[in-house]
Amino acid sequence: MSQYPINPDLVAPGALSDNERLKAESQHLRGTIAADLKDEITGGFNGDNFMLIRFHGMYQQDDRDIRAERTAQKLEPLHNVMLRARMPGGIITPQQWLAIDKFAADNTIYGSIRLTTRQTFQFHGVLKPHIKPMHQFLNSIGIDSIATAGDVNRNVLCTSNPVESELHQQAYQWAAKISEHLLPKTRAYAEIWLDDEKVETTEVEPILGDTYLPRKFKTAVVIPPHNDIDVHANDLTFVAVAEHGQLVGFNVLVGGGLAMTFGDNATYPRMADDLGYVALEHTLKVAEHVVTVQRDYGNRSNRKNAKTKYTIDRIGLEAFRAEVEARTGVAFAPVVPYSFTSRGDRIGWVEGIDGKHHLTLFIENGRVLDFPGKPLKTGLAKIAAIHQGDLRMTANQNLIIAGVPAAQKAEIEAIARSHGLIDDGHSEQRKNSMACVSFPTCPLAMAEAERYLPELVTKVEALLGKHSIADEHIVLRVTGCPNGCGRAMLAEVGLVGRGPGKYNLYLGGNREGTRIPRLLLDNVGEADILATLDGLIGRWATERSNSSEGFGDFVIRAGVIAPVVVPKDDFHS
Amino acid sequence: MLLSSLVAQASPLSEQQVSQLQGLVSQLNPIQQAWVSGYLAASAQLAGQLAGQLAGAATGVPAAASAGLTILFGSQTGNARHLAEALAKQAQGKGIVAKVVDMAEYKTTQLKNEQYLVIVTSTYGEGEPPENAIGLHNFLFSKKAPKLAGLKYAVLGLGDTSYEFFCKTAQDFDQRLAELGATSVLPRIDLDVDYQAQADSWSSELVTKLEPELKAASAPSAQVIAWPRVDSPGADTTTDTASQYSKQQPFAAELYTNQKITGRDSTKDVRHIEISLAGSGLTYQPGDALGVYFNNDPELVRELLLLTAIARDTPVALSDTRLTIEQALTEQLELTQSYPAFVEKYAAATNNVALTALAADKAALRAYINERQIIDIVRDYPGLLSAQQLVDALRKQQPRLYSIASAQAEVEDEVHLTVGVVRYDAYGQPHLGGASGFLAQRLAEGDKVKVFIEHNHNFRLPANDDTPVIMIGPGTGIAPFRAFLQQRDANGAAGKNWLFFGNPHFTQDFLYQLELQNYLKRGLLTKLNVAFSRDQAQKVYVQDKLRQHGREVWQWLQDGAHLYICGDANRMAKDVQQALLDIVQQYGAKTAEQAQAYLDELRVAKRYQKDVY
Repeated sequence: MSQYPINPDLVAPGALSDNERLKAESQHLRGTIAADLKDEITGGFNGDNFMLIRFHGMYQQDDRDIRAERTAQKLEPLHNVMLRARMPGGIITPQQWLAIDKFAADNTIYGSIRLTTRQTFQFHGVLKPHIKPMHQFLNSIGIDSIATAGDVNRNVLCTSNPVESELHQQAYQWAAKISEHLLPKTRAYAEIWLDDEKVETTEVEPILGDTYLPRKFKTAVVIPPHNDIDVHANDLTFVAVAEHGQLVGFNVLVGGGLAMTFGDNATYPRMADDLGYVALEHTLKVAEHVVTVQRDYGNRSNRKNAKTKYTIDRIGLEAFRAEVEARTGVAFAPVVPYSFTSRGDRIGWVEGIDGKHHLTLFIENGRVLDFPGKPLKTGLAKIAAIHQGDLRMTANQNLIIAGVPAAQKAEIEAIARSHGLIDDGHSEQRKNSMACVSFPTCPLAMAEAERYLPELVTKVEALLGKHSIADEHIVLRVTGCPNGCGRAMLAEVGLVGRGPGKYNLYLGGNREGTRIPRLLLDNVGEADILATLDGLIGRWATERSNSSEGFGDFVIRAGVIAPVVVPKDDFHS
Repeated sequence: MLLSSLVAQASPLSEQQVSQLQGLVSQLNPIQQAWVSGYLAASAQLAGQLAGQLAGAATGVPAAASAGLTILFGSQTGNARHLAEALAKQAQGKGIVAKVVDMAEYKTTQLKNEQYLVIVTSTYGEGEPPENAIGLHNFLFSKKAPKLAGLKYAVLGLGDTSYEFFCKTAQDFDQRLAELGATSVLPRIDLDVDYQAQADSWSSELVTKLEPELKAASAPSAQVIAWPRVDSPGADTTTDTASQYSKQQPFAAELYTNQKITGRDSTKDVRHIEISLAGSGLTYQPGDALGVYFNNDPELVRELLLLTAIARDTPVALSDTRLTIEQALTEQLELTQSYPAFVEKYAAATNNVALTALAADKAALRAYINERQIIDIVRDYPGLLSAQQLVDALRKQQPRLYSIASAQAEVEDEVHLTVGVVRYDAYGQPHLGGASGFLAQRLAEGDKVKVFIEHNHNFRLPANDDTPVIMIGPGTGIAPFRAFLQQRDANGAAGKNWLFFGNPHFTQDFLYQLELQNYLKRGLLTKLNVAFSRDQAQKVYVQDKLRQHGREVWQWLQDGAHLYICGDANRMAKDVQQALLDIVQQYGAKTAEQAQAYLDELRVAKRYQKDVY
């Protein structure tokens, strides 16, 4: 029970969903995971444990390419887990990198490190016998995966801004503090994976509650004017407000989120709202109580309407704000004006104000693996072996070699070039395209994303070339299902998987990521998508108002598609 | 036997009867003939049973009395049993009272009462008795063995000359019976895989020798006594006479399904094979085997003819039939398993000095033919010989036996197999097993394969459905246990079922994983323990899993569980047996000797059965 008075009128009616039962019965996320690890008959987890391992940062997956084949072979699917690390702000040391590089090679089916849109890395294809050793290994290098999935506050993002090094450092530290503050307090992770002794205490979850949150919860810290973390994809965003290069406070945004369910118009992507400004010292308190308000008022009956965005649309922003203010005792001040002007990563070298150099490497799809002729993984390991600074995973699935002294620039660049990590042939279009993981590992995938993106980009490049704007780019995102990992619902051109080879085509987001695109074509194949884009790119090339008018802005202005203004009301219309 | 060669002297029919029969049969088509054959067999059996009962009632002694010929068989695959039965028939044809008894069923206390005893036995592994012969073998070599001065005996051994201890068990019995004072009436014969013709003539000679003495000793000569069924009483309902098809006359069955059941990254290729027995009348029990005839790989035949420069349509003679060398090699002769006799004959025919020298050194020869197929020998020592010489050097193909992986209660007129495809590279060339390559690779779904049922009465579920069973079947050894589980499921058997399975890798080699998971979930399988040897640095096998659960295994045995082992004979079955001995010793607080005695008792009580190969 909440420690705060609950207004029953604002609680969503209906019976609790089954996920609420399993959380309540889980003994603070323990379930019978430990027993399942000893079950030699299946590579998967049974019953509730299938869901509970998510709270420990893992998803049960299987190789979907061979699922039918294995069924015919009378074998169960090739069950394995994907592990998502908790890396607030995406910063990882070269030593840690070298360690995960080796682990991925030795202990995963796919041998890769996958950088993700949540600014962390994932191991894909870890078989059951390797799971517990994996957590112990991660613990030995100072990494965990607590609460990177499940109904909790997940990995906290932070703008990867290497130039304003001091401001970034301060923002990053807040990201880390928020992450720590909102973590589950249960000892389940340490007990199950690290063999810590069971302590006979009455555990409480003062922030998340004994049944945790109604749904996943995403938090970010952003440093304007760069919107790399996509504020509107997060339940809670702290927008850095700086004076003289020093962080002084945050504008707080709530209620962003991109997931939806096909065929359910009560679900929709939604932009975040401004709650107001708070001074720095209130940061953790505000974070805590945005979470507790969502915890107490989020919909625990219908999981499709359980995220913060729906809570706000149901109870109203004012009521939400008032509840947060009442619980924190902090009044929100008016928003300090801010704006976003960019979103993609600046690929290549930049010099920070501290005189250190930073190299942002474009990693297509965030997939770190040795590809034919492009040994990316080997190259990164070689760089990590000599690098003195740190490595920063970006929310655009790229990697920054941060803090390189001038003297070492040439050496690192040489390694990067010889391993395909710097490729002058990468177009702007390619650098501004992104896809989620999807097939073959993601159980939710309906259509290809990561494996399809490279060839799709090549075809879009050809269209740009055809219309003589080969240097231009469109923020293009492909996601295998409507759950939003690829953030297609903030793209200028977004493809959302419907079925094998079929996508919904959304148009009209903008480059800064402050507008949600709208459905243009429903359930179409590549030919229809390319034909449509061909015509529209042709018009954009000749009719745009000036060379800085992006494709998304153009299609809105030209009336090709109407802008989404209030998603609850107009996204599906 | 062909009717044209049927003469009154060799049959119990009068000349007139023979001529009437010949007249009738000449008017019958093959189907009618088959029907009449079945009809007569059934009525003869009935009459025989009646006569046996009458005889028992008349003399006041059971039909199993010793006043006749007792034929004991020790059999692993059924060949010895078939020979024993054929011998009995032949003897009975001469009016001799003869009975066939499975050595496992034979009461050793009866031995001292026997007057005429024939032993027909195979040998398996490294000179060991087949599973059902162990008890009698042990007894004869123990201090309890009686003096057998009055006994007259003969021994027929079956073996394979490619093994070092060829016909060792037959030699053991022969030597031991002589030591105990028994008199050999006909010298022992040791037969190779291609045994039929020699076995027939040895049997005729034996019957001829025994006829005068035994006829005198037997009850009235007109009496026909059916030999007792070799099955354990009540457990079996199937009989060979239910179908016209047999090893000699296999059924051309349709292949329904050929499904690989190891994962794509497996080092093994194991197939789940489904074959239709529809229309054959063939029936089987869980524990039985399916005999499979196969065609050799046409590529192999082509290369062999090329290397020997023999034209494919060259006519040859093979057991009185004329056919082309290509047909003979493809359909009739053994090309994948090599054997010493081939090397000797081939060396002589090709006048190859080096190969002749090799053939003379038995140990070297065995080492040489190990893992070499016929083609490898010819590749190593190419030479010219006539087509007939090649045919004469090769032995007749023997059908391969596969433990049946289904129960008819579940699959009705289908039969399922679990076939490990023998495929390996050696001497720079790919190699493929004869039958497994045929089933897995050369036979298309819908094609026909010649099969027969080989009953195995020494691998049977407990008659009581409430009895718990422990099944140990790594690799393709799981096959009969799939049949067991299907049967127990169909019976609604209340008895607990515990399966131990093992293979190299969990993700690739967990045969029938989905079925077993389902059985476990439904509670049909009480326990399932698996050992995947290569999933961790230290190899783990089924015997390790057994030891891990030793206390519980012992408890199950105390509760009357039956123990079954199926699979590799050379290593697995021995390692598992040792683990069982250790468990009995440790948890039963016994000495090593007592543990051995305990397992022996289980075996005698048919609570410890093996189907190993």
